[in-house]
Amino acid sequence: MGMAAESQFHVLAVDDSLCDRKLIERLLQKSSCQVTTVESGSKALEFLGLRQGLQSNDPNELSTSPHIHQEVEVNLIITDYCMPGMTGYDLLKKVKESSAFKNIPVVIMSSENVPARISRCLEEGAEEFFLKPVRLADLNKLKPHMMKTKLKNQKLEEIEEASKDETALVEPEIKDSTKIEILPLQQDLQLVQQEEQTLCTNNKRKSMEEGISTDRALTRFDGITTTV
Amino acid sequence: MEKRQFRDYTISLYHQGFLDDQFTELKKLQDECSPDFVAEVVSLFFEDCEKLISNMARALDQTGNVDYKLVGSSVHQLKGSSSSVGAKRVKGLCVTLKECCDSQNYEGCVRCLQQVDIEYKSLKGKLQDLFNLEQQIVQAGGRIPQVDI
Repeated sequence: MGMAAESQFHVLAVDDSLCDRKLIERLLQKSSCQVTTVESGSKALEFLGLRQGLQSNDPNELSTSPHIHQEVEVNLIITDYCMPGMTGYDLLKKVKESSAFKNIPVVIMSSENVPARISRCLEEGAEEFFLKPVRLADLNKLKPHMMKTKLKNQKLEEIEEASKDETALVEPEIKDSTKIEILPLQQDLQLVQQEEQTLCTNNKRKSMEEGISTDRALTRFDGITTTV
Repeated sequence: MEKRQFRDYTISLYHQGFLDDQFTELKKLQDECSPDFVAEVVSLFFEDCEKLISNMARALDQTGNVDYKLVGSSVHQLKGSSSSVGAKRVKGLCVTLKECCDSQNYEGCVRCLQQVDIEYKSLKGKLQDLFNLEQQIVQAGGRIPQVDI
């Protein structure tokens, strides 16, 4: 649609069945996502590791090519539960235990409706649990995550514009339920993601309270400098 | 004329239980960007059938030393992919086969596996006929009718 500046929501899909990989890929494409499919948990970690390794730590890059940086980002992982070797649950644990990837939302898919399995996954930090076969309607539950990424990208552009004009803090136009006052610098992106994740509890089926107040966002807001 | 045939044939496949609404979901995913999606997915499914049935047959051949774990995991996979494409009858037979496997009912497994084999081949033929009808419509310059089940 000509929006070259806007990078898409990038999903990493993991499934040992070729048939199911094809299906989830098409489902995600139809939902306007960029998709990468892999056949195992270990391949998924490899992909994440490789991609993370390509990220630049140079803050100056933000103003010159932030969109290239974003393109290698994984915004969500969707994985089958039953896989040989590393199960979807094992992958979920590994992702949540890693400092680099724990903020990436993980969705589990399974052909079996086992309540104990579902609660275990949600307790381990899975965002959603989809019963297979997954349908377009199910993926609508991922829209909030996609919107947040879109908003984030828009704000990044705003910051770029602001830095060119050498004005002070950019007042974001968009007020949404996540209460992000300003998009922080590159290194704070991870923190913002975590914040967004905990604030958006609508889609979660678990009843656990997150216990994180929204005051944190304001505190962080104060700590951000104006120089980009 | 072909459109009427196509419509009737499609409806009969659903009514006779060969296909379920997951197949309808597959059609929703097909568009100008992915015009052969349904054909591609079902083709992967049939490849799965061939491979997994062959694995199971080989396992069951080892009379007296059947690896029921292997049979179990193969039928689990086959059940999964049949569910993903809407192959209702195949899926149903997989459920039965899984039960025979779980109870290590050798005769039951052999019989059931034969039925799965016959069923997937039958479905393959029918879907091929359906795709051929689609082709005829398209080649005659027409559009594939939307069939409401």
